[in-house]
Amino acid sequence: MNRRKFVNLYLGGSAIGAAASLLYPVVRYLVPLLRPETAARTVLAAKTGELAPNSAKLFKFGSTPAVLVNGADGQLRAFNAVCTHLNCTVSYESDTGTLYCPCHNGRFDLVGNVISGPPPKPLEAYEVAVSGGDIYVSRKV
Amino acid sequence: MSGFWHSVRSYLDSRFKLEAMLAFGRKKMVPEHEHSFWYYLGGLCLFLFIIQVITGLLLLLYYNPTVDGAHESIRFIMSQVRFGWLIRSIHSWTANILIGAIFVHMFSAYFLKAYRPPRELTWMSGFFLLVLFMAFGFSGYLLPWNELSFFATRVGTDIAGSIPLIGKAVKTFILGGATVTEATIGRFFWLHIGVLPAAALLVIGVHVLLVQTLGMSRPMGLKTDREISFFPQFILKDALGWLLVLGGIGVICVFIPWEVGTKADPFAATPLGIKPEWYFTFMFTTLKIVPSHVLSIEGEVLAILGFMLGGLLWLLVPFLDRRALREKASPAFTAAGALIVIYIVVMTALTYLAPNLGK
Amino acid sequence: MTVRDLKKCRFALALTWLIPLALPAQTPARKDSCIECHGQLEAELKAPVDGFAADVHKQFGLSCADCHGGNPAQDDITLAKDKTFRGTPERARIPEFCGSCHSDSGYMRRYNPNIRVDQLELYWTSRHGELLKKKDTAVAVCTSCHGVHGIQTANFPKSMTFPWNIPETCGRCHANPEIMKPYGIPVDQVAQYKQSVHAAALYDKKDLSAPVCNDCHGNHGAAPPEVKAVAFVCRQCHPSAGDLFSASPHKAAFDGLGVSECEACHGNHKILMPSDEMLAGGQSDVCVQCHDSGTGPFDAGLDMRRRLQAFVAAYAHDEGLLDQAENKGVEASEARFRLQEANTALIEVRNLTHGLTFPTIEARLADGVKVLDDVRARGEAALREARFRMTGLVVATFFILLLALALYFKIRDLQRNANS
Repeated sequence: MNRRKFVNLYLGGSAIGAAASLLYPVVRYLVPLLRPETAARTVLAAKTGELAPNSAKLFKFGSTPAVLVNGADGQLRAFNAVCTHLNCTVSYESDTGTLYCPCHNGRFDLVGNVISGPPPKPLEAYEVAVSGGDIYVSRKV
Repeated sequence: MSGFWHSVRSYLDSRFKLEAMLAFGRKKMVPEHEHSFWYYLGGLCLFLFIIQVITGLLLLLYYNPTVDGAHESIRFIMSQVRFGWLIRSIHSWTANILIGAIFVHMFSAYFLKAYRPPRELTWMSGFFLLVLFMAFGFSGYLLPWNELSFFATRVGTDIAGSIPLIGKAVKTFILGGATVTEATIGRFFWLHIGVLPAAALLVIGVHVLLVQTLGMSRPMGLKTDREISFFPQFILKDALGWLLVLGGIGVICVFIPWEVGTKADPFAATPLGIKPEWYFTFMFTTLKIVPSHVLSIEGEVLAILGFMLGGLLWLLVPFLDRRALREKASPAFTAAGALIVIYIVVMTALTYLAPNLGK
Repeated sequence: MTVRDLKKCRFALALTWLIPLALPAQTPARKDSCIECHGQLEAELKAPVDGFAADVHKQFGLSCADCHGGNPAQDDITLAKDKTFRGTPERARIPEFCGSCHSDSGYMRRYNPNIRVDQLELYWTSRHGELLKKKDTAVAVCTSCHGVHGIQTANFPKSMTFPWNIPETCGRCHANPEIMKPYGIPVDQVAQYKQSVHAAALYDKKDLSAPVCNDCHGNHGAAPPEVKAVAFVCRQCHPSAGDLFSASPHKAAFDGLGVSECEACHGNHKILMPSDEMLAGGQSDVCVQCHDSGTGPFDAGLDMRRRLQAFVAAYAHDEGLLDQAENKGVEASEARFRLQEANTALIEVRNLTHGLTFPTIEARLADGVKVLDDVRARGEAALREARFRMTGLVVATFFILLLALALYFKIRDLQRNANS
């Protein structure tokens, strides 16, 4: 094998290697993820039947904690769970049917309005939609 | 093996009439001298543009151009999509490197006076490409919808709005309204992946065709006549440069991935030290330090008009440089160019070193 | 347009002369000789006119004569100061002077049906009121806190009674050693308050619901709270800590000793941000006030502090992992969100220390530890991803350099061939 042929072979081989190392990330990028990815605005909060009436569940909505409440009347409601006073996480109090913040006794009703305590603004309410066996929460338009 | 390629070649040739083009390519020569390093910059810009098109197409697969989804989709790409961090970082870094390369390419062509006839149209189409790519940069910057990009866009469009007579209309058209909103994302996205790529392809086509047809410009007063073949010597050297730059981009992206930032909040106060991307900063800082009124004309308006006039003069350099036209040295233009380069470098540096100027 | 329409138009036009009567601004301003004369005087005699321009009473259409009596329609001074003229009241009579309107519900209803009318009644129960009854006129009266001719409502930011101005208002007397000397009351309360976490919330975060002097001491009925009262006052905003404390063995002990609950450990004016150092063995140890080291309770306190410190250390370590990962360019927002849950657990446990309920504390810490374990796993995964990226880069760069070298040889080869 003469010099020229060697150089050509070497060129071809390393070209294939370089191309492969460039193509590999692109191919993996294109393959869709196996996890279902719903639209950024909608989050699967729970399954139907997961929550008994007059109970609630904390879940992650985007990068913020949120609370899904199954009221005593059986109606599902969801809110941003960050208290508007000093950002503690509120929780559902079943005996009063209100959202309660333990840090400074802030209390919100199931519309999000402040009933008592220091919070200055109501809780942001989210849209709840039930589809099949899934409960989806999304931002209100 | 060579028999196979031979039959492929003859098949294509009888259908595309390639032989004339290939003959031209085989005969094409490129001057080789002390300044021929600069010849490779144009091809580098083309290569970087191709990288942008490829990574841009890949990002398009996962990007969501809405207020509620843009930032989240970028976060998704950076954290969940396999190698999404790499594709996105390449796209963001290459955008900046490309614009830098365009500036270097443009100034090297200027100082080597490559705009002499018959290459006036090459120069002008190149200037249009600079403007197009700065528009690419401006429109693309908003798309991640993070704090920095939102406010930088607001500042930038405010400046556009202060152009006399047409400013307000231009600003409203760009923004799709009075301020930066979801409509703005829509418009910038339309520009960034539709209008600008189409325009760029057209103008690049013209530019490259002209370069191929006319060949590389020889600097004036050159002693040697040495040449190398375009194919394969020049092409391979070009490819080597491209490869090394690609490797460099890879290293940068692994060590300094592009940040996701915090989601834009239109109701938040403007963070301190907001500025546009670096390639706009020389204009931005000029506007900041210009006095508020010069002979009863608003300083900002005067500066903007100044830039527009400057751009026009720069575009028409092939026709203004009469000495170069006659293949004579034109030190005045060289000096002017040097001053402009110094001005741009100093203004850009000042933006970062003295951010409180003009407050 | 029909004839009927035309007739309607003309009728409407005919009524337009009534419009001016409906517009209140058309009536000429009432003559006010008090303002006119005093506005031309100087210094103290002009001050009421200047101040009154911004006074809340003026907005309700009241003026000098409504409080001081007299006849503002008269320019002549003797006619103006007729027999209804009350002049400047004596300091000791100021509460009744203001109260003559402000305690009259029927009168106040005309201006603000919701305004309280018990201020005077409350005032007499306050220390200020008691002392005033005993003829001590140095104490605060209405004008001391509300001003006199530029009175603003308490929800107006420049008002002397707006939350963030109240410490200064009270402090005018209560931080003045000369004034407080006869009463033997300390004068450091405002200074101490300003170092507190409540003051930080009020002044820095602009949180108007943060407590100021009147929230704990009372408003018009201000008196220093009794020992039992302090705890109730704190519980207004801190009920969960209060409930936990009430259910703990400390409650009975403190009550038996006559020690005021929250104040014993947290102070009263200079309430600082609580920290783990307040627990047994810490640098600001409060337990040692009653419990000797080596005793059962003290050791329990030590144990609690050790557990908390271990948790805080694990939290810091896991947070450090995430910081490292982010520095290496790996996105870690999901993990940070989980870390928030651990932070919540930490806050809850710190609150639980008020109840001394060790099983609950341990259980909640255990929950938190589970979350931290998850965070650590994610952090380590992120660091592995960073290493994977580095490896991938090395491999890709190796191939690229290999190819570059090959190209270089090829180019040199061609050059040689072209030259020969």
